[in-house]
Amino acid sequence: MLSFLTRRLIVAFLVAATVMTLAFILTRLSGDLATSIAGPNATQADIDAIRKAYGLDRPVLTQFFDWVGRALTGDLGESYFFKARVSALIAERMPVTLTLGLTGLVIALVVSLPLGILAAVRENTALDRCVQLVALLGQAMPSFWLGLILMITLGLQLGWLPISGTGSWQHFVMPGIVLAFSAIPALTRLTRAGMIQAMGSDYIRTARAKGLSRASILLKHALRNAAIPVVAIAAVQLGFMLGGSIVIEQVFALHGVGYLAWESIGKNDFPVVQAVVLVLAVIYVALTMLADLMNAVLDPRLRGP
Amino acid sequence: MSVAVVNAGPKRGWKSVSTWIGAVIVGLAVFCALAAPWIVPYDPFAQDLGKRLVVPFWMTGGSSEHLLGTDQLGRDYLSRLIWGCRISILIGVTVTIVSGLIGITIGVLGGFLGGRVDDAVLFAITTRLSIPVVLVALAVVGLLGSSMTLLVLTLGLLLWDRFAVVARSTTMQVRNLDFVAAAWCAGCSRFRILSREVLPNIASHLVVVATLEVALAILLEAALSFLGLGVPPPLPSWGLMIAEAKDYMFFSPWVIVIPGVALFVLVLGINLLGDGLRDLFGARTDT
Repeated sequence: MLSFLTRRLIVAFLVAATVMTLAFILTRLSGDLATSIAGPNATQADIDAIRKAYGLDRPVLTQFFDWVGRALTGDLGESYFFKARVSALIAERMPVTLTLGLTGLVIALVVSLPLGILAAVRENTALDRCVQLVALLGQAMPSFWLGLILMITLGLQLGWLPISGTGSWQHFVMPGIVLAFSAIPALTRLTRAGMIQAMGSDYIRTARAKGLSRASILLKHALRNAAIPVVAIAAVQLGFMLGGSIVIEQVFALHGVGYLAWESIGKNDFPVVQAVVLVLAVIYVALTMLADLMNAVLDPRLRGP
Repeated sequence: MSVAVVNAGPKRGWKSVSTWIGAVIVGLAVFCALAAPWIVPYDPFAQDLGKRLVVPFWMTGGSSEHLLGTDQLGRDYLSRLIWGCRISILIGVTVTIVSGLIGITIGVLGGFLGGRVDDAVLFAITTRLSIPVVLVALAVVGLLGSSMTLLVLTLGLLLWDRFAVVARSTTMQVRNLDFVAAAWCAGCSRFRILSREVLPNIASHLVVVATLEVALAILLEAALSFLGLGVPPPLPSWGLMIAEAKDYMFFSPWVIVIPGVALFVLVLGINLLGDGLRDLFGARTDT
């Protein structure tokens, strides 16, 4: 168990270091940053001043190690546009993105667990086919478009939910539903497959032979085993959802981290862009590690020698 | 020589129906994409400010002159929809070619050579998965300016993970089969074994992955174009059409419903076809 943990930690660290390098290279892709920050009407003197002020006149490697060194101590630099610490900006916006991600995950689990169980219990019936169809429809749904359609129907025509902003919990319902759509197909299929596999196993036959009730077999014995991969994948899906929430934050004008990144891309505010890429990647890495750990804790067979 | 790595499940009737539906949708979309210049009723770029937001034929006030109406600049919506199909298919296919080349090469090498190489491949896949795709693609296009080529290269460089995972795991299974051992004994070179024995036997799995990737690339392109950092205007990408029509959606919802439904149906069709192919080949695509 300990060696498993150490190995996972080393890999996680290396992944984070690689993403850091890639994020740095990414923001240098445009060539001369000082020129793009200064804008089209700047004079050469302006550009030189900006280059000096932001330390862009130093060798690239010096800039890179300076950034890495600071990032390791939690200092992600200063935003050019907002004139504020990047770490403070991200910390300020993160609660919105996290709330959105968790809302989406809860909705996805509430929908896909019962659907998956139902489909497994009624395998190869019309009900099973309907559930699989729902998963396919969810997979094909463009999330930003679903968001707009919900805004027109639930928001404008029915007036049930607020259309945009972050004022109350109701503001997170529509974006949460939209975000959940991206995770429902995978979670439903996994629950279904896990339940079918569990229902065919020896311990379920034993439980049946003991004369346990159907509900007890399903929920206590089968679901407990089928849920192991689902719980793990749910953590990974949360990572994907946080990374993908940028589109939904833009549609619903939720001022989260994704919205911050989108604004910053438009303004060539590259310290913010590279920091958001890094933070989202680190969160994803942490969540996948958490998933592996949960797998190992819940299922001793996976711990290995 | 050919073997099924995983046995095909029982073929079910409704599955073949849904596969046919998928095939018809994809076939129609490919036809529209190829024949677009000849079948569009109007020039999709021609503006007519006197005929802005004409409603589709089934609504009151609609006419057969513009079957799907016109957009906010008076451009024929049906023509733009057909042209948009061309863009979606073009991007879906080219992105899949780029990501397929990268992913299959990496995955096959890792699965075939094993050891250190495989460790490096696994690490590359893990790193790729931790990178937020939409954000990075937006940043690249935002910094370098939007163009079709850049969009295809960026998405291709970001979406190779599923190809790599499937190519790697299937190569590992094929590598240990008897006919590969026989080829070794016959003195075949490593390259010959990879190209003649391994690749043909994992190809069916890769075709299924390719359909899923085309669908994913089309959805991502639409999302990026919707955010204004994908296909540059005035090209009628479906995502861009939805973005441009967004300001009018509360008064005339059909302006966003039409391109959205087109996008949804095309992606659904590709996925249905992919699912059908998966059952047909008995392939596995779960990662």
